[in-house]
Amino acid sequence: MTLPAIKIDNVQKHFGALHALKGIDLTVQQGEFFGLLGPNGAGKSTLINILAGLLRPTNGNAAIMGHDVVSDYQAARLVLGVVPQELVFDPFFNVREMLRFQAGYFGRGKENDAWVDEVIESLGLSDKAYTNMRKLSGGMKRRALIAQALAHKPPVIVLDEPTAGVDVELRQLMWSFIRKLNKQGHTIILTTHYLEEAEELCSRVAMMKQGEIVALDTTANLLSKFAAKNLSVQLKSGHLPSSLLPMLKHQEATVFTLALTELNQVEFALSELRKAGAEVEDIQINEADLEDVFLSLVGGA
Amino acid sequence: MSLINEQTRGVFTLFKKEVLRFWRVAFQTIASPVITALLYLLIFSHVLEGRVQIYDDVPYTAFLIPGLIMMSLLQNAFANSSSSLVQSKVMGNIVFILLTPLTYLQFFLAFLAAAILRGLVVGLSIYLVALFFVDMPVVHLSWVMTFAFLGSALLGTFGIIAGIWSDRFDQMAAFQNFVIVPLTFLSGVFYSIHSLPPVWQAISKFNPFFYMIDGFRYGFFGKGDISPWVSFAVVSTFLALLVVLSLKMLKSGYKLRG
Ligand SMILES: Nc1ncnc2c1ncn2[C@@H]1O[C@H](COP(=O)(O)OP(=O)(O)OP(=O)(O)O)[C@@H](O)[C@H]1O
Ligand SMILES: [Mg+2]
Repeated sequence: MTLPAIKIDNVQKHFGALHALKGIDLTVQQGEFFGLLGPNGAGKSTLINILAGLLRPTNGNAAIMGHDVVSDYQAARLVLGVVPQELVFDPFFNVREMLRFQAGYFGRGKENDAWVDEVIESLGLSDKAYTNMRKLSGGMKRRALIAQALAHKPPVIVLDEPTAGVDVELRQLMWSFIRKLNKQGHTIILTTHYLEEAEELCSRVAMMKQGEIVALDTTANLLSKFAAKNLSVQLKSGHLPSSLLPMLKHQEATVFTLALTELNQVEFALSELRKAGAEVEDIQINEADLEDVFLSLVGGA
Repeated sequence: MSLINEQTRGVFTLFKKEVLRFWRVAFQTIASPVITALLYLLIFSHVLEGRVQIYDDVPYTAFLIPGLIMMSLLQNAFANSSSSLVQSKVMGNIVFILLTPLTYLQFFLAFLAAAILRGLVVGLSIYLVALFFVDMPVVHLSWVMTFAFLGSALLGTFGIIAGIWSDRFDQMAAFQNFVIVPLTFLSGVFYSIHSLPPVWQAISKFNPFFYMIDGFRYGFFGKGDISPWVSFAVVSTFLALLVVLSLKMLKSGYKLRG
């Protein structure tokens, strides 16, 4: 059996009285494209920072490619590339210099320059390679930040909201590059608040809420398990009967969207509407998306 | 075998980055302290030359120069490591270093070596410029070099401690204003402590800066207020204490890794 890319055992983190991580267990295999989702403050960045060695776990262990992030931190960090959530940069240097420094800290020398140039080109930074970091636009700084995490060509890549504040063009450019790396065998762990992105990219996702993992499965299973379909009904007259309110996901004027966990709920919904004397103008059944799963698991209170 | 291999490249890279950081803004980090020292030299020597005689055969201007060199060297070694660390912390880009496999010892060595280099470059520049104004013989070059090195190492280490401890620029400035500057001025840059009242002489003996400056001056003139060996012992002890303290801070991840 090959080593897991990431293995997290009962990791807990306290910040004073705050219990930010309440015992996380998670294994990500090599070559996976894994999504870590959850609302603001769920503990995603805290978990990532523990993997990166920026924070120390209060309890539990984490290992990257079999190397413990505390006791064998050098080996663990060598194989890990992290894109931090905060948009940070060093104002003294240009993009290419920073990338070469970053690779240098990991022991890489001139032989790595071709890779640095490939990263620069793949992320659309060629025009800005010799521009001082300070003079880059926000989106360009984000690209440079991603590039820095890749500078030493790590087998395990963790991206903490890499697409925040990034335009459509870069998202596509970036994802095609990250996908290519994934195909070449790099393990990718991604956090994002754009759920379509996670749905499209990640083969498996974990959903976190208040320091706990509340769902962990393949994207396909989650989609079928938690919210099979959406039923939209447009009413010509009448109201949505109260028996259907628990299923109501959202309402736009007279269009009510109901989340169905099973397809046969369609009959139930329609008969309830008939009983209530509501007149239906239009009906649509849609596939659920990750957002539905997300809302049903971590949405609300 | 090459000196730079996979194991040592990380620490060399960090050292190089820290050196470039001040070298790129050399006007501010090297030229400006040299100009400041020259202004001190011109003003003090103009006012005091001929009125103050500390050693019989040494003109006051010459007496002043080693003190000014040492003062600038110390201040700049401190400024280099402390401001680089505080700035990276405030900007957040310190994570780029914290994410790497560099050990705390390598981290320390790279920041320290850059601080020493900045201190020595500033000190040497002042010496070379001062040669235009006054004849500056060197009696014991080895003492000059020893104290220049120890002084910049001591303050470079102190700068690392201050940089790790400070979360903001004003906290670091407090170190500068309430520790470095008073200790420098009370150390005998501008006078011999033998010209002080006995109480102040006694107090000065608790000031590590006094030993750095006196030992350094001994290297130039072959005479000082105390034996250079005593100064060497005191400064080395202080350096060792600060190195231990800063390594402890770095090892524990104090204020760097939560
Ligand atoms: N250094 C810290 N000190 C104290 N509390 C912290 C610290 N870092 C995070 N927290 C708290 O821990 C909890 C989890 O934060 P974390 O940043 O991991 O959330 P997140 O899931 O990444 O959220 P987001 O989607 O907003 O990035 C939050 O309540 C946060 O306020
Ligand atoms: Mg976060």
